[in-house]
Amino acid sequence: MSTFPADLSYTAEHEWLAAGDPVTFGITDTASEALGDIVYLELPSVGTQITAGAVCGEVESTKSVSELFSPVSGTVVEVNQSAVDDPATVNSDPYGAGWLIKATVTGTGPLLTAAEYRELTAG
Amino acid sequence: MTDTAELSGGRLGPLHLEHLALGAAMVPFAGWAMPLRYSSDLAEHQAVRAAAGLFDLSHMGEIRVAGAQAGAALDYALVGDLSAVGVGRARYTMMCAADGGVVDDLVVYRTRADEYLVVANASNADVVRAELELRCAGFEARVTDESAWTALVAVQGPRAQEIVTAVTAPADAGAVAELRYYTGLPATVAGARVLAARTGYTGEDGFELFVPAAQAAELWRALLAAGGPRGLVPAGLAARDSLRLEAGMPLYGNELDRTTTPYDAGLGRVVKLDKTGADGAPLDFVGRGPLEARKGSEPARVLVGLRGIGRRAARRGYPVVRSATKPDVVVGHVTSGAPSPTLGHPIAMAYVTPEVSALGTVLAVDVRGRTEPVCVEALPFYRRAQ
Repeated sequence: MSTFPADLSYTAEHEWLAAGDPVTFGITDTASEALGDIVYLELPSVGTQITAGAVCGEVESTKSVSELFSPVSGTVVEVNQSAVDDPATVNSDPYGAGWLIKATVTGTGPLLTAAEYRELTAG
Repeated sequence: MTDTAELSGGRLGPLHLEHLALGAAMVPFAGWAMPLRYSSDLAEHQAVRAAAGLFDLSHMGEIRVAGAQAGAALDYALVGDLSAVGVGRARYTMMCAADGGVVDDLVVYRTRADEYLVVANASNADVVRAELELRCAGFEARVTDESAWTALVAVQGPRAQEIVTAVTAPADAGAVAELRYYTGLPATVAGARVLAARTGYTGEDGFELFVPAAQAAELWRALLAAGGPRGLVPAGLAARDSLRLEAGMPLYGNELDRTTTPYDAGLGRVVKLDKTGADGAPLDFVGRGPLEARKGSEPARVLVGLRGIGRRAARRGYPVVRSATKPDVVVGHVTSGAPSPTLGHPIAMAYVTPEVSALGTVLAVDVRGRTEPVCVEALPFYRRAQ
């Protein structure tokens, strides 16, 4: 079953966001389960300007591919190279070792609470 | 992330509760609720290549054609020479429309001298049954759709024989073990009378077991129990699709459809233009004229294999372009594509214009607005060690 950590924020496009400076984000458990085994991540390089709601990467499984939408506007300061090297990490620990991007933030897109996101995915 | 999840829905097969008990992710497929995966599509794929996988294919259509003229009726209804198939043998064949377009690709088993079992894709089962009824009407042949009470379970992989024979009645185990590729016979497996056939859709050795729906769960559990210690895992549609793509096998709706002839798909060998009746005269069959014309003409497009040189996989529907530097010159379209779990690089099948179809030709695929280089490669991508 999918999990929804209460201390995170979420997007309707199935990203999670951890507050901080920089922020950290990745894809949710629900998203990684829907994709199946992730075999390839394409992430922006450090220094890239990202825009809330815009595509900033791709998550590819054997069965399908999804675009990664940035939950924030700002600058990428770190990408998770160990997840790029072993994308299965995103399936096994999407909220932990499977994080994708750390960024400094100038603006934020629309975010959901854990309860709201759970409600969204329940349908 | 865009939402890729779909809600489960559709007809429930005889193994539905088994899938739920195993924690399968169920998805709608051709009007049925089917297991997409049980835990990991990669692990299921790799288990089939290394040991064995257990598949529920109960959504497939099983249509029996029986009667003194069953063979002659199928010779007229299908493109193959079914009356020439020996009892106990199976044949890969197709049903074409009057214009030569593919209605469905089929496996036909000759179960008796006067009886055949036609196995159709789930999405086409109703159309195939209706067409068989029409096309067989002038013959002494009865068409019976047995799909509702027939389940189909496949065991695929290098350890399939060992696993199937472990649950086969001792009197039948030897004959089942000795079945050659594309043959089948009746046998008692896990207490059920089944048609055991050495066929499959994965590129591995394996068996397909046609079993009465009421006994399907018992057979399924027996195969899981006997297979588990031998590395068998239940495998879903996701693994089935990546396995068949590596094996270069067409999927109806992707490589084949009503606008495609068998020749377009590189499967002209299934069209038996030289089949003759008992009197030695050439036999008419549905689609014959247009197929004969198509055989003699230059094809507008050719089905090829593409090996991805980069990491991003081409997917169904993506345009194939002349080259990364000429992304506006579209020379074809991808019909199936995925990262290959066995080979470790992206693979795809595509229809392209003949002048760019030679092996080794470097093309590119427009992958969501950015081109990725690909190379025309021979099918199948994967061939098991003999």
